Amino acid sequence: MILRALLQIGVLLLLPPLLLGVVNRVKAIAAGRKGPPLLQLYFDLAKLLRKGAVYSRTTTWVFRAGPAVGLAAIATAGTMLPVAGQPAIVSFSGDFVLFAYLLALARFATALAALDTGSSFEGMGAAREVSFASMAEPTLFLVLVVMARATGSLSLSGMLGPALAPAWRAAAPALLLSAIALFVVALAENSRIPVDDPNTHLELTMIHEVMILDHSGPDLAFILYGASLKFFLFGALLVRLVADVGATGFWSAEGAFVLELLAFSVLVGVVESFMARLRLTRVPQMLVGASILSVFALVLLLR
Amino acid sequence: MNLYLAALGLLLLGALAGPVLSRRPALALSVGSWLAVAGSVVGLGAVLPFLLGAAPVESTLPWSEPLGAFHLRLDPLSAFFEVALFAVAVPASAFGAWYMKPQVGRRPLGGFVLAYGLLLVAISLVLSAADGVLFLVAWEVMTIASFVLVTFDDERLQVRRAGFVFLVASHVGTAFLVALFLLLGRNAGGFDFVRFEALRGVGGAAPGLLFALGLVGFGTKAGLVPLHVWLPEAHPAAPSHVSALLSAVMIKTGVYGLLRLLGFLPVLGAGHGLLLAVIGLGSAFVAITLTLGQEDLKKALAYSSVENVGLILLGLGLAVAANASGHPVVAALGMGGALFHVWNHALMKGLAFLGAGSLVHAAHSQDLERMGGLLARLPATGAFFLVGLASLAALPPLNGFASEWLLYLGLLSVGGAAGSAGPLLGYLAVAVLALVGAIAAISFTRIAGVALLGAPRSREAAGARESGPASYLPLALLAAGCALFGLFPSLPLRLVVPVAVQAGAIDAARVLGPASSLASPPRALLLVLVLLSVGIYLLRRRLGERAATSETWGCGFTAPAPRMEYTASSYSQLVLGSGLVPRALRPRVHLQAPRGLFPQKASFRTDAQDPARTRLFDPVFRVLGDRMSRLRRFQAGRLNLQLLYTLLTLVALLVMLAIRGRAA
Repeated sequence: MILRALLQIGVLLLLPPLLLGVVNRVKAIAAGRKGPPLLQLYFDLAKLLRKGAVYSRTTTWVFRAGPAVGLAAIATAGTMLPVAGQPAIVSFSGDFVLFAYLLALARFATALAALDTGSSFEGMGAAREVSFASMAEPTLFLVLVVMARATGSLSLSGMLGPALAPAWRAAAPALLLSAIALFVVALAENSRIPVDDPNTHLELTMIHEVMILDHSGPDLAFILYGASLKFFLFGALLVRLVADVGATGFWSAEGAFVLELLAFSVLVGVVESFMARLRLTRVPQMLVGASILSVFALVLLLR
Repeated sequence: MNLYLAALGLLLLGALAGPVLSRRPALALSVGSWLAVAGSVVGLGAVLPFLLGAAPVESTLPWSEPLGAFHLRLDPLSAFFEVALFAVAVPASAFGAWYMKPQVGRRPLGGFVLAYGLLLVAISLVLSAADGVLFLVAWEVMTIASFVLVTFDDERLQVRRAGFVFLVASHVGTAFLVALFLLLGRNAGGFDFVRFEALRGVGGAAPGLLFALGLVGFGTKAGLVPLHVWLPEAHPAAPSHVSALLSAVMIKTGVYGLLRLLGFLPVLGAGHGLLLAVIGLGSAFVAITLTLGQEDLKKALAYSSVENVGLILLGLGLAVAANASGHPVVAALGMGGALFHVWNHALMKGLAFLGAGSLVHAAHSQDLERMGGLLARLPATGAFFLVGLASLAALPPLNGFASEWLLYLGLLSVGGAAGSAGPLLGYLAVAVLALVGAIAAISFTRIAGVALLGAPRSREAAGARESGPASYLPLALLAAGCALFGLFPSLPLRLVVPVAVQAGAIDAARVLGPASSLASPPRALLLVLVLLSVGIYLLRRRLGERAATSETWGCGFTAPAPRMEYTASSYSQLVLGSGLVPRALRPRVHLQAPRGLFPQKASFRTDAQDPARTRLFDPVFRVLGDRMSRLRRFQAGRLNLQLLYTLLTLVALLVMLAIRGRAA
């Protein structure tokens, strides 16, 4: 039992950087390149943790606390997410509200750290991040309440637990619509194309990357790791919602879960390879489109 | 009750220090402030027992006013709001002793100290009055005293205007309340609250009309959209510790009034609850969106007060609707969330306004664009202010989240109910609440980023200094309250229970009590969050021992200047200009773009405007003013003419009496 719990935590903590490696590899293959090794992010993290940091004279403790609070908030949110169909480490009624607000806390901390540098680029990035997040937030909540209503549970573990299969049989259209909306939110929240390009090299067009221009060394490592953890959280939410394979054994469920997550990463990589990045002014329209989808899902469910 | 009267006595004594010691303003200020602190501490001790299970106490003092009686009563509902008053008055008064010091010798302080003490007494009496006439008298004293405080800095035109708007709006609101109490008095045959409460079972005439009168009258004081127009003018104009008191406590008397009124009316229908909830959520959305365009720090905070009162009303409406449709658990969550938010907002808005006072004092301006870099210069004040902003953004593990949590749970539990109309509304409200929360995050990162972080944006901000413990200890008190209520919400929730029960949420003890799993997220999880944050922060310090300092990376540009920083208006431009925000809520843009090959002058300016003001009240009052100006002919200013009017009125009254007498 304890071994299994440890394994769960291990998957939660160790797998995330690999997912981003998969995304990058898919993008490289699609572009006809060889691409960096799958484990590149682990190497980067190890390197950054050993390095010193450079701090701007303008900054205060907020700049140094930002990455720490951000990572802590995302990791705490992770404890509420059921992994591989097993109940989460912590589960209670309404935990998804706290889940969303912890992600908001992480965003708040990162945005403040960016503003602390006094750089207009980073201010711009912070403004974009919080603005797009405000457009994605209602969708995230609507998707979660659709799941809550469909499964009759107010906790993430209940929503993504055994009640999900009957819910699909009863309300497949609503759940499908909300899954699509959730995918859009996941792309936006994780700064992926078509909302943001993690590999862009022009500061004016960046969102997430421009906020962390000034972070270096261990701080940057925390931010990169936190970002991969967040990607994992959204991926886990989504694959569990759409692809509950009904594996019952512990090992098979765990294995299926990891495979599904890898498939999710491939999907994100494919989307990133074959879609252009939207103009900044078009992003709100896409996010509003997603929220309209989720309202439709709600109406379908309550009909 | 005696202890409570003693507290009021101390507060009155503090008020009297103003006129008595007016020759020695420094002494008057400190005597007045510290007596206010002492009175508030005693007051806290006097009212807290009523939340811990003490039976309500009544007392009637000799009062020779016709119709009314000086009837006071302390029950859980009164005590709950009194606690908010006294808990904020302690740090606010102590802060005032420091904050007003520069005014000593500059302008007479006697009237200010008097008005400050009277405001505390009047708010307290509004909350404990058990008689309609006494309530209205206290209400009026509260209005006049706050008018004096708001217009303290009356050399500024903006302040005089704000005072005027405040006075007019308050009295329009009071007119509705007078009508309300007259109707209640006629129904009940007297003005005592006991008689009013007896009406609850009987019904009496026109409960819908009474509800509407109360909603407008109390809603004006509470600052519900669109009756809020006075609030963002008046609160920023006042000295900051007064703003704290007004925003944190005074506007809550409107909420208190509504709650009392609910106790006088027969049980309201679900429609009334829905109306309250829609007004509340609408207020919250409009107000939080309007914060985005404000350049004035205190104005932005004032709009955020409107938002928070909206959230409180959402909880109230949810509770009323749930009670009417037989969902006691939802009612307990809604009422508990609303009441808990009253306390939480008092703490965090008190903190934010006191902090804003220090920042304004340091930067010599209320303009966000003239601050910047203040956290580095005022480390303690800045840190506490940041706690207040994070609370206002409802972020865990602080107290703003603790009460919004209850609102979310209440709305989600509506969603769990059968049927489809109720759940749909509940779920959509969840989405709007999430949107409000996310916009709040934009707004408060904006305020923190522009005022506290980055490089200073003016010479005054660059030279700002911390002014010692007297300025930040009151903030520390409030910040500790925010953190404590956020991490351990079960402590205050235990005190909320009797109040929620009195306000009609009969299931409160079970739903909000310490044994309930709904009332708050597991404490352990929030502690994990805090420990993890601290742990990672310490780990980073171990790892990053080799740290160098340098300039901010300017993407190749090597001479960054503060003027190149991202500004407050550009920060919110993306969301305001995205087409998602109704045009009426966007700031007006004055743009003179550079033209031609050799552009001359270019300028860009944004003006935050309030649609309720520019589109609703200004046109209405303009038309009214035009029409009414014809009446001026009758008021020529000659004494004999005035005497004639008086005579005519008398004759008319006598004729009326005579006709009445014949009819009877």
